[in-house]
Amino acid sequence: MEGVPMKIMNMVNAVNNALDIKLAEDPDIVVYGEDVGVEGGVFRVTEGLQLKYGADRVFDSPLAESAIVGTAIGMAAAGLRPVVEMQFCGFVYPAFNQIISHLARMRNRSRGRISMPVVVRIPYGGGINALEHHSESMEALYAQIPGIKVVIPSTPADAKGLLISAIESDDPILFMEPKRIYRAIKQEVSEEKFSIPIGKAKIITPGTDVTVVAYGAMVREVQKALPKLKEAGISVELIDLRTIYPMDKETLAQSIRKTGRIVFVAEEPTSFGVGAEIIAVANEEAFLYLQAPPKRVSGFDTIVPLPKGEHHYIISPEKIFYEIQKTVKF
Amino acid sequence: MFKEFEATKKKVFRILDDNGGVISNKHMPVIEDQQLIDAYHNMVFARTADHMTVSYQRQGRIFTYPPNYGQEAIHGATASVMRPNDWLVPAFREMGAWLAKGASLKDIFLYFMGYEVGNTWPAANHFLPISVPIASQLPHAAGIGYAIKYKKLDEVVFAFVGDGGTSEGDFHEALNFAAVWKVPVIFIVQNNQFAISVPFRMQTASDGIAIKSVAYGMPGIQVDGNDFFAMLKTLQEASAYCREGKGPVLIEAITYRKGAHTTSDDPTKYRTKEEEESWEKKDPLRRLKNYLVSKGLLEETEDRRLEEQYRQEIDRIFTEAENQPASSLEDVFKYMYADMPDDLRKQQVEHENFLQWKESL
Repeated sequence: MEGVPMKIMNMVNAVNNALDIKLAEDPDIVVYGEDVGVEGGVFRVTEGLQLKYGADRVFDSPLAESAIVGTAIGMAAAGLRPVVEMQFCGFVYPAFNQIISHLARMRNRSRGRISMPVVVRIPYGGGINALEHHSESMEALYAQIPGIKVVIPSTPADAKGLLISAIESDDPILFMEPKRIYRAIKQEVSEEKFSIPIGKAKIITPGTDVTVVAYGAMVREVQKALPKLKEAGISVELIDLRTIYPMDKETLAQSIRKTGRIVFVAEEPTSFGVGAEIIAVANEEAFLYLQAPPKRVSGFDTIVPLPKGEHHYIISPEKIFYEIQKTVKF
Repeated sequence: MFKEFEATKKKVFRILDDNGGVISNKHMPVIEDQQLIDAYHNMVFARTADHMTVSYQRQGRIFTYPPNYGQEAIHGATASVMRPNDWLVPAFREMGAWLAKGASLKDIFLYFMGYEVGNTWPAANHFLPISVPIASQLPHAAGIGYAIKYKKLDEVVFAFVGDGGTSEGDFHEALNFAAVWKVPVIFIVQNNQFAISVPFRMQTASDGIAIKSVAYGMPGIQVDGNDFFAMLKTLQEASAYCREGKGPVLIEAITYRKGAHTTSDDPTKYRTKEEEESWEKKDPLRRLKNYLVSKGLLEETEDRRLEEQYRQEIDRIFTEAENQPASSLEDVFKYMYADMPDDLRKQQVEHENFLQWKESL
C-alpha cells in the first residue's frame, strides 16, 4: 500500500470510514437505526455522518427492529441501498421474521426482479461486561437462512473492506461486528476505498501441523496463543473465515488436507453451530487426510453468563492452546 | 371529508344505501361515466374469475386459494385511483387491484397452481409480490414511502392488510414509522369480519380499526367497503392527501368475506346463515349495479351477458396456465442470490448427476 494515505484506525473508525466513503459515493445509500443519527450510535460507529450527509440519509428511527429491517426491505425494493443497525445482537429477534420471511426471500419470490441490497449491521459477541442479551454469538441462526449472507470481520481493515463489499452487494448481508474488538485493535488502514471479497477466507499464518479456524474476536485470541504453540513446536495454520455463509470451503479443505487436523474456535454455542459445518467440510472434503478427530473449542450450550460468571464461558488463549496441543498429540 | 368522518366520531362513511340508492350527493366522487362502467365490468370480471378459481380448486386443478368474494368494491375503487407509478403492496386477497396493477390472470393462476413465476407480475410496475405472512408487508410499504419521499417522487403506496393483521406488531410498527416519517402510504384494512374463523370482536377491544389512527397521528376513516362510491371518494382524498406530502392515512374498509378464508376452510363452523344473509343485502356489486341501472348506464341483464363472456375468456386463460410445464431444477436455485455461492452451484450439479444416473437406468 505504498503511497496510499494510511491512518491508524480501530474497527469503529474503519466501519465509520467505509460508511462515509459509500455515502459520499452513492446517493441511494441511507443509514439508520436506533440512536444512529444524532448520537452516532451507542458504539459511535456512525458518529459525524448525519452532520455530513443530512438527516434524510443518516437518521434515528423509532425503536422497533422488525420495522427497521422491514422498511429497509421496502426501500431496497424502491431502489435505495439501506444500511441499518441493530443496536445489539440480542435485539435482532423481533426482526427475525422480516429477515427470514422477506429479506432472504424477496429475490427468489420475485424471480430476480426485486433484489435486496440491504446490509444489517449487528454488533455481537461477549467479553465486554455487558448486560443480559448483549453478549451472544448467534451467527449460525442466520447462516442457515437460505438467501442471506453472513459476514464477520476480525480487524479494522477487514471491517472496512468487507463492509464496502457488503454495501455494494445486491444480496442481503448480515454484517456482524465483534464489539469486543471495536476499539481493542488498532492498525494502519488505507483511507482510500478498497474492498475485500465476500465468501473468501484468509490464511493469516501458514502452518503444517494443524488448521485452526476462527473469526471475529476469536482470531485475536488464537493469535495470543500462537507464541506458546510455537514454543511447543506446533506449526499452526490460522484461517480467518471472514464470511460465515457462503463458507470458503475450498480454502478450508486445502488446509485440512495439508495439516490433517482441524480445530475450530468460536464464541457460539457449540451444538448445531458454524463449527459443525466446518467439521462437515473436513469430513466431506478431507476425510482420508484426517489424523485426529476435528475439535470445536466454542461456547457452552448455555446462556452467556452475566459478567461475574462470563469468564467461565469466554474462550481464553490458554484453553485454545490446551485444545490445540491435545489435538496435535492425538 | 376526513374531518367530517374523523375516526373518533364513529361514523361509517357511506354514499350508497343497501339498494344502490344515493344517501347523500354531498361527497359523491367525480368519475367519468365510461370509467365507472369500466370499473363495474372489471369488478364483474374479478368476481367471475374468483368464483371459477374456487371451482377449479374443487375440481383439483389448482391448489389452495383465498377467495375475494364480497370484497370487490375495495379492489375496484383502488384500481380506479391507483396511478401507473403508484405502488401496490398486497397481502393476498385483493385480486381486482392486482389485475388493475398489471398482473395477468394467467400469472395469478400460475401462482396458485404452484409456480413462483406467477408471483412476479412481469407486465406490472411498482407491485410487490403477494405476501403470505400476516401484516409483515406493511413495513415494506413504509419503506417504499420513505424512498418516494427521499427521491421526491409523485407516487403513493397502496398497502393492504386484513382485520386479523391489525393485531400483529408489524401493523403497529409500520403505521408508526410511516407517521413519524410522514410518508405517502395509504394503509387499507379490509375488515371482512373474520381472521379465518376468529371474529373481529375477538381481535381487538378497540372500537374498530380506524380509531387507532388517532394514536399514530394520522387521519383515519371507517368506510363502508361494500360501497364503491364511498371507497372511491375515500381513496381519492387519501391519495391527494399523500401527494401533498402530509403523510399516511388509515382506511378501515368494512366488508364481509362472503367466501371461505381459503379453499381449505369451512365457514359454516364459525358463522350463521342469518349473518351471511344479512351481509348478502349489502353485496357491493349488486349495489353498484342497481345504481348504474337507475342512471341508465347499464342494462338490467348486462351482468349476466358479461359473466358469460368472461367465463369463456377465463376458462381459456386457465387452460393455458394448465399447460405450463413443471418448474425446472435450475429455477429452484437461480434466483436465490444475485451472486450465487459455489455451494449452491455444487448442490445443483450433484442433483443433476443423480438425475442423469436415474435417467440412465
